[in-house]
Amino acid sequence: MLTQATLDDPGKTTSATEAPPKAVALISGGLDSMLAARAVMEQGVHVEGLNFFTGFCVEGHTHAIRNKDRDRPKRNNALWVAEQLGIRLHFVDVVEEYKDIVINPRHGYGANLNPCLDCKSFMVGRAHQWMQEYGFDFIITGEVVGQRPMSQRKDTMPVVVRESGAGDRLLRPLCAKHLPETLPEREGWVRRDRLFDFHGRSRKPQMALAARFGFSDYAQPAGGCCFLTNRQYTEKLKDLWASRGARDYELDDIMLLKVGRHLRPRPHFKLIIAREDGENQFLSGYRRQFTHIRTMSHGGPLTLVDGDVDEDDLLLAARVTARYSQGREADNVDVEVTVRGSEPRMVSVVPLAAEDIPAAWHI
Amino acid sequence: MPVIRVQDKVSHLAPGDVLEVLCTDPGTRSDIPAWCRINGHRVLDIAESDGELVLTVEVGAGSAPGTPYD
Repeated sequence: MLTQATLDDPGKTTSATEAPPKAVALISGGLDSMLAARAVMEQGVHVEGLNFFTGFCVEGHTHAIRNKDRDRPKRNNALWVAEQLGIRLHFVDVVEEYKDIVINPRHGYGANLNPCLDCKSFMVGRAHQWMQEYGFDFIITGEVVGQRPMSQRKDTMPVVVRESGAGDRLLRPLCAKHLPETLPEREGWVRRDRLFDFHGRSRKPQMALAARFGFSDYAQPAGGCCFLTNRQYTEKLKDLWASRGARDYELDDIMLLKVGRHLRPRPHFKLIIAREDGENQFLSGYRRQFTHIRTMSHGGPLTLVDGDVDEDDLLLAARVTARYSQGREADNVDVEVTVRGSEPRMVSVVPLAAEDIPAAWHI
Repeated sequence: MPVIRVQDKVSHLAPGDVLEVLCTDPGTRSDIPAWCRINGHRVLDIAESDGELVLTVEVGAGSAPGTPYD
C-alpha cells in the first residue's frame, strides 16, 4: 500500500487511501494562528481556515484607505496567511450576530469596549457549527495561555471550551501541553509530544517557531486586530451610542468610525472630516447617504455631516471644513454644500480660527 | 468586505461564469486576486476609472470544504 510520510515525522505514516483527519483553523492573519495551523498541518491533518468579519477588524484594506500608510502591505492578512500555508480560507460574515457580543457581553469589557472573552467563545462556537456542517473533526486556535489579559488566561480558557460548545474538540497547539488532553490527541490525530508549551506574553517562542517553519514575513503584533481594543475608536463608538440614545449600530456606522477626524460641534450633529486624499476617496462613497461639504477654491477635505442640521449648523460645518483646507489662512473659502437629497450649492465662508475649535469638539 | 461579497456571489455561479466586481476599496486590488488564487478562480482583468476599481473574475471549478488539496 502507498504511504505518505508527514513533513518532519518520517515515523508517522498515513495510508494513502485513508482520509486524514480534518481541522478548521481560526485564521486572524496574525502570527499565532498561522503557526498553530502549520503545526497541525505538519502532523498530516487536512486544515482549512475560517475568518470572521465583524466589522471591527483592523485589516489591510483599512490601512489602504490612508495614503500615509502606503508603505504598509495593502493586503488582507488572513488571506495572505492562507496563501502562505496553502490552505483554503472561508470568510464568515457575522456582523449582525456580533452586535449582541459587543452590546451585551456576558463577561464584560476589557480596557476599552473589547468583549474578548465573549468574542472568543462566539467565534469558536461558530467554528464548531461550521465544523459540524462540513464534517470536520476538530478546531484549532492560536491561543497562548497567559498571553492576553481577558480571554487567554489559565482560568478563562476553559470558559471558551465550555461556552462555545466545542468541548474537547478545541485544540490550542501552541500551549496544548499546559492544558488537558483533547480529543484529537486521544484519538491519535495529532501527537501531544509534537505540540507546544508556550505561555505568557513573550513573543520569542513564536518567533523561533516561525523561523523553524521558514516564515520571515508575518503581521504583528498579536492582539492588535480589533478596533474595539483601541481607546480612540471606542470613544467614538461611545459617542455614537450617546448621541443616538441607544447602544446599537449598523455596519456603515462602525466603518466610518475608522476614518477621518470626528468633531461634534453640537449635540445633534457630528462632522467626519477627511484627513487626506485616501480618506476623501473613501468618504466620497458615502456622499449619497449624508449631507456633505467640500472645499472648491482650495484643496481640502470632504466632510460628512451626521445628524439633522439647520442653516446655522451648515454654516458652522462649512467654516470648520474650511479650517481644515489649504485655505485656512484665506479671507474666504468657497465650499460646495449638498444637503442629502438636494442639489449642491456654493457658499463662501470665513474659515474658523483654530482657537474657535474647542478641544471638546474632538471625539 | 468586497471579497466576502465576491465569495457569496461566486458560490451561486457555475464554472466558466464571469463576474464583474465594482468597488472603491483599494485593498481589493490584492484581496480579490489572493482569494481567487486560493479558491481556484481567475482574475481576468483589473481596471481603474475615477477611483473605482473594476475586477473581472472567471469562476473556476472551486472545491467544496473538506475536499483534498491537489
